[in-house]
Amino acid sequence: MPRLSSPRGMMALDALISLKKISVRHGTKTVLDNVTLDVAAGEIVTIVGPNGSGKSTLLKSIIGALPTAAGTIRRSEDLRIGYVPQKVAINNALPLTVRRFLDMPRRVGSPQALDALNRVGAGDLGKTQVAHLSGGQLQRVLLARALLDAPNLLILDEATQGLDQQGSAQFYALIDTLRRDTGCGVLMVSHELHVVMAASDRVICLNGHVCCHGAPEQVASAPEYRALFGRGTQGALALYRHDHNHSHEH
Amino acid sequence: MFEDFILRAIVAALAIAVAAGPLGCFVVWRRMAYFGDATAHAAILGVALALVSGTPILLGILVVAVATALIVAHLSDRDQGADAVLGVIAHGSLALGLVAVSLLPGRQPDLMGYLFGDILAITATDVVFIAGGAAVILGVLAWRWQALVTATFSPDLSHAAGQNPKREGLILALLLAVTIALAIKVVGVLLISAMLIIPAATARNFAQTPENMALFAAGLGAGAAVGGPWAALRWDTPVGPTIVVVLVAFFVLASLRNMWR
Repeated sequence: MPRLSSPRGMMALDALISLKKISVRHGTKTVLDNVTLDVAAGEIVTIVGPNGSGKSTLLKSIIGALPTAAGTIRRSEDLRIGYVPQKVAINNALPLTVRRFLDMPRRVGSPQALDALNRVGAGDLGKTQVAHLSGGQLQRVLLARALLDAPNLLILDEATQGLDQQGSAQFYALIDTLRRDTGCGVLMVSHELHVVMAASDRVICLNGHVCCHGAPEQVASAPEYRALFGRGTQGALALYRHDHNHSHEH
Repeated sequence: MFEDFILRAIVAALAIAVAAGPLGCFVVWRRMAYFGDATAHAAILGVALALVSGTPILLGILVVAVATALIVAHLSDRDQGADAVLGVIAHGSLALGLVAVSLLPGRQPDLMGYLFGDILAITATDVVFIAGGAAVILGVLAWRWQALVTATFSPDLSHAAGQNPKREGLILALLLAVTIALAIKVVGVLLISAMLIIPAATARNFAQTPENMALFAAGLGAGAAVGGPWAALRWDTPVGPTIVVVLVAFFVLASLRNMWR
């Protein structure tokens, strides 16, 4: 049967992961309710939502760190997840060079390690202690480690937290390059609405449940989205688009 | 030449030091110092139970230490603010153990040996148990090393790699319980944490990676395991505490060196 190339926003036929009506509880509190989503190879899907909306919980369920109370998570058979955590608690008691960090959870060869660092523009950081990295360097190193498993799905949890706007934009440009080079799918969580929305193929607006989803422009103009984030972000989105798309009207 | 009993003391101390060094790194990395104390203090209750039931002391200590470790691991897993509960368990079981021993009929056993260690009374059988136990601890650490370090650095990374950080934490708790049970005759329940924490904290000053920190910690512990009994013999001081004093001296020297660099 020939593969149909499904338009963005439709259910992908070759989903890497597919969540159907999942619910997650913390104790008696329902954090996620009836969430359905899937991610296919080569697309960037971003989850946005206010604090406490269950974004990180959703990612943790996908990587298997949290059990689901209901629903199913289907993973494709060849799924290899590259996970970039929200922030690693920098533990000064634990000595750790960047090179040694790349050996987690499995040891890798030095040529591979250097290649991964070079791909994220951190080739000279191998001997640096992880605790001494700047915020931007740390994010790149975390990304390099995630690349070592040759993932077909990159999962990033608030990967640009603590970076300035330019740093974030560069980081997302890097994600986009990696997606083009490797064809991997990307699922990320962010609160930086304007930058993220411009860099995504699909956006899922989450607030315990899926409020709305679709192409960035659709979500940005959806009443549910505006109810959560107000109109303020519209301007920033327009501004960003303006910078990168000169066919826009002035 | 050294007398036999000194030789046995040194071999036992060496075995404990070489196992406690790498294991103690995890105690430092995961901030489990209080966990070690609670488990060690509870061990006195194990002594009392063993005396009451007539089972070997080591078995009594092992059972209580493992039970305490599991309870404490479960509590601290559930609740970040569990240190008050830890305190209750640590000191409650220590006091309960002391009271229970005093209620035993007949001659009162000397508890000082369990509180501060009685390394010169170690028998050849003890040495076999301690060395064998230390080898098992090191073997498990080597086997689980990558997973343990990953779970320590980030439980989320561990999950994403298909590992189970909770299970790794449990393995560490059990290894700690076994170490404590084995080390009681060497340094006693009150000073066991020192064997775990001080070499690791000293090694931190020189280490670049988790692996060389573990190796340095084992080496420093081994140095004190030989130097401690030697100094104790020379100045006629108690052996267990002298081992710890030598460890503290290493720590102070390393900290001074770090300050002047």
